[in-house]
Amino acid sequence: MTALEMRDVRKVYQSGADQIVALDHATVTVGDDEILALVGPSGSGKTTLLSIAGGLLSPTEGSVVVGGQEITRYSPRQLTEFRRTAVGFVFQSVNLVPFLTARENLLVVAEFGGRDGRRARERAERLLGELGLSDRMGNLPGQLSGGERQRVAIGRALMNEPALVLIDEPTSALDTRMGEQVMELIVAEVKGRGTAAVIVTHDVRMTHYADRTVQITDGHLAA
Amino acid sequence: MKLAVRELVRKPGRFAVAGTALVVLTMLMLFLGGLLDGLYLGSTGVLRSQSAELLVFSSDARSSLVRSRISPEVRAEVAATPGVAAVSGLGVALVGGTVPGEQDVADIAVVGYEEPTDGIPAPPPSGEGWADRSLERSGVEPGDVLGLGPARVPVRVAGWVEDANYLQQGGLWVEPGTWREVLASARPDSTLAEGTFQALAVTVDPGADPEAVASAIDDATGGATGTLTRQAAVLSLPGIKEQNSTFASIIGVTAFVAGLVIALFFSLLTLERTGMYAVLKAIGASTRQIFTGVVVQAVAVAVISFVFGAVVVHLVSPVLVSALPFQLLPSRTATTLVLLVITAVIGSAVSLRRVVRIDPASAIG
Repeated sequence: MTALEMRDVRKVYQSGADQIVALDHATVTVGDDEILALVGPSGSGKTTLLSIAGGLLSPTEGSVVVGGQEITRYSPRQLTEFRRTAVGFVFQSVNLVPFLTARENLLVVAEFGGRDGRRARERAERLLGELGLSDRMGNLPGQLSGGERQRVAIGRALMNEPALVLIDEPTSALDTRMGEQVMELIVAEVKGRGTAAVIVTHDVRMTHYADRTVQITDGHLAA
Repeated sequence: MKLAVRELVRKPGRFAVAGTALVVLTMLMLFLGGLLDGLYLGSTGVLRSQSAELLVFSSDARSSLVRSRISPEVRAEVAATPGVAAVSGLGVALVGGTVPGEQDVADIAVVGYEEPTDGIPAPPPSGEGWADRSLERSGVEPGDVLGLGPARVPVRVAGWVEDANYLQQGGLWVEPGTWREVLASARPDSTLAEGTFQALAVTVDPGADPEAVASAIDDATGGATGTLTRQAAVLSLPGIKEQNSTFASIIGVTAFVAGLVIALFFSLLTLERTGMYAVLKAIGASTRQIFTGVVVQAVAVAVISFVFGAVVVHLVSPVLVSALPFQLLPSRTATTLVLLVITAVIGSAVSLRRVVRIDPASAIG
């Protein structure tokens, strides 16, 4: 089964009389349990592709299927539900909620879907345990190191057992050693669950952790 | 919603500025409300304590108890009107009274009445009176013999009654003869003939429409009377309507300011949280869930501020009562809380548009 299938996707922004083509006839598939690295310079369209795959943006043309759901023409409400259940995000700035503990940052995802009972708490604690944060569950983000916060963010992305995890520049704020540790963790967590992942990075050194690497330049995916 | 509550519990300082402003505004609203209620209750007890549904004045008195005169002949016409079950006379004389052991003269409203009414027992014997509790502040005690008016007409205090004042003067409820004697000594030009009262308290037949009976009475007396419902008579007392509307306006403006404070504070907070809300939307929060959190926080801040403000006012009110006609009623406290909650909800709604427009795509990149 395919976790992500983007076919002939275009994203065009209107700026006054000008048109800006952020993504041009992009076609890519990511299988279950596959990790795809998306590499390109700033402004190449990586973020746009990630946003479309995650239901944060709708394409101007083309089709997007994630975890078997055709999301291209989803309404905003449908996209919100889709993001709760089918995708997980790891943001470049980590973006944990500063006044929630590590456990609560995972639970908040379940709360949005109305699934914040005992099972959700058990899952959050299990995930944090697997991420090596058993004794840090009750800590606020300000009490965690950069690497620990990154691990909490990964746990949050996996909390609702998504079909696809979208990871934006996971190592940009980390040194080489820490970056490698995070990439190893991502691979271990994603692969172990049969979840697919798209990792956006400008750091070519990290691409060897992926099953496949695709280059993007000026909105075009390399064949 | 849990998210919003957790932020309130763990970061209360963030809400301190808005909370402090709301505490002050709450105190102002409760103080004004207590003053309004104190003024209202302290002026209208004589009429509010009437169990009769209607009050009859002479038509030329413009509903003034002091100016009104009802003769026995007019009283007979009133009593004979269909729908009238019972009629009793009522009058008041505003005098100064000496109090044993006190240097200052107390301001007393001597009320002449015929029948017991809500909270007021049957008229005491001649020369005795039931004193409103507020006269305690003037040093009056049961058993005291007060000297009323210029002639110092002696009246012994037989006991207390509550909430029975007139125009901020403590009520002293006496039988009609004692009242006439005091009125005659205080205002010789206003001496009333036997059987004449300033007003009549009229009880209507069970099931009768008081307003219809009021019209019938005025028709029966050929326009010699102006009959009002009890509540209308209360509102016709000098200054009551103006006082009510003035204070209500000030309280309303204060509530509006409270709404502005909440609107401004939560607008700025939402602006500050745009990034966080974008992330929350990206991971599955709906606009409704985020906005509900804003409303919950606004209401919580309003309620907590109200509690602080109300506690302060309640602690200070014993001091206020001695210097001002101040009464903080449970109904006023409850109404103020409800008003504050409503303004909190409305104020927080100002943030809705901003919350709606937050783009979850901005969480990436």
